[in-house]
Amino acid sequence: MSAFRQSVEAMIPALRRYARALARDADIADDLVQDTLVRALRSERLFLGGDVRSWLYTILTNLNKNRRRSLARRPQFMPLLENNPDASGTEAEGRDIARALATLVEEQRAVLLLVVLEGMSYREVADIQGVPIGTVMSRLARARAHVKASLESERPALRRVK
Amino acid sequence: MTDPKIPVTEDEIHAYVDRELPAERRGDIEAWLASHPEDAERVQSWRAMAEALHARYDSVANEPVPRRLELERLGRLPRKWIYGTIAATLAAFIVGGATGWLARGVAARPTTFQSFTLDALDAHRLYVVEVRHPVEVPGSERAHLQQWLTKRCGWDVRAPELSAAGLKLVGGRLLPGPSGPASFLMYESASGERFTVYTARTETGTTQMRYTSRDNEGAMFWADRGVGYVVSGGTDRERLNQVARLVYDQAEKSGG
Repeated sequence: MSAFRQSVEAMIPALRRYARALARDADIADDLVQDTLVRALRSERLFLGGDVRSWLYTILTNLNKNRRRSLARRPQFMPLLENNPDASGTEAEGRDIARALATLVEEQRAVLLLVVLEGMSYREVADIQGVPIGTVMSRLARARAHVKASLESERPALRRVK
Repeated sequence: MTDPKIPVTEDEIHAYVDRELPAERRGDIEAWLASHPEDAERVQSWRAMAEALHARYDSVANEPVPRRLELERLGRLPRKWIYGTIAATLAAFIVGGATGWLARGVAARPTTFQSFTLDALDAHRLYVVEVRHPVEVPGSERAHLQQWLTKRCGWDVRAPELSAAGLKLVGGRLLPGPSGPASFLMYESASGERFTVYTARTETGTTQMRYTSRDNEGAMFWADRGVGYVVSGGTDRERLNQVARLVYDQAEKSGG
């Protein structure tokens, strides 16, 4: 297996984690990862060195953006969340954070997840989203404020319509 | 418990939490937090948020990778099959979107040329999400595509070369335009970013290049000797401008 393929393969678990948090549905998330990997393999010859990791996150983020554009034309759906009233403390916490993520607009959710969950630098996230670092920082600040407010509020936060 | 000499900004507090702050400034932030309980509380809540995210999602990274994501399988499968699943998921939404597009009705329209651009943006939004059938004729048949669209549209349709902007021709399709046929070309970068070039007859003779945007899509549009051009894609205006310039320059050279 080529070095390129090896570095792509090593990224699959983290890509699945990011996709799951971004899309919030296990099947859609794995579809996104699959499509990302197919594109990566197809573009192997176009890839002229550089950071495979950032590149994969860029592809996945773009694919999700394209997918969500089609969703934006439709009435909003209820977020696909498990809703088990008997959930234990940890499960309930996981549900809360998932619900809070669902209230964020796409770009803010992506920034929060890339920085906090995937441990990427502001510079890397700026490159992934194709925006200046200042935009990344303001998206991050807004995402954190929004999630904090959402976690603190008693009732489930309303889905924000863009 | 004295404040640091330089006031601490909101950005710096985030950068402190994310370990992006220069080491020599960290002490200042710590001193600031010690004397600003509200900021300290926020920092605490952000750390709890990070823990909650890891607690919820790290388990996904530890799951065994499903067989359908094994690289060896993906490298072997025919392309069409691979897109099947995701295309099926999208199909429902695209059909819904198309209905909305056709049923827009006759809402007050600013100018014909403006509405022409909105038609192009609609087409962009409709097809850019398509994974399996974004185009009728693939970019690998560029000569045939140009010939066909030229014949159907009645003006010289050339698919511009946009590799200078890192874009490859995906292909094109014929669309109903405001007054007759319209040609629609799609381009894509290695990272999946898509741009479209829409052309149709317009009563507006020749205009300057202008910019418009709606929702999350921007478009540069202009008219040249009775043919209107709309280049759509994303919100990064500088990038869009770069792509539109390339289209413009090549249309200019080929004589419209």
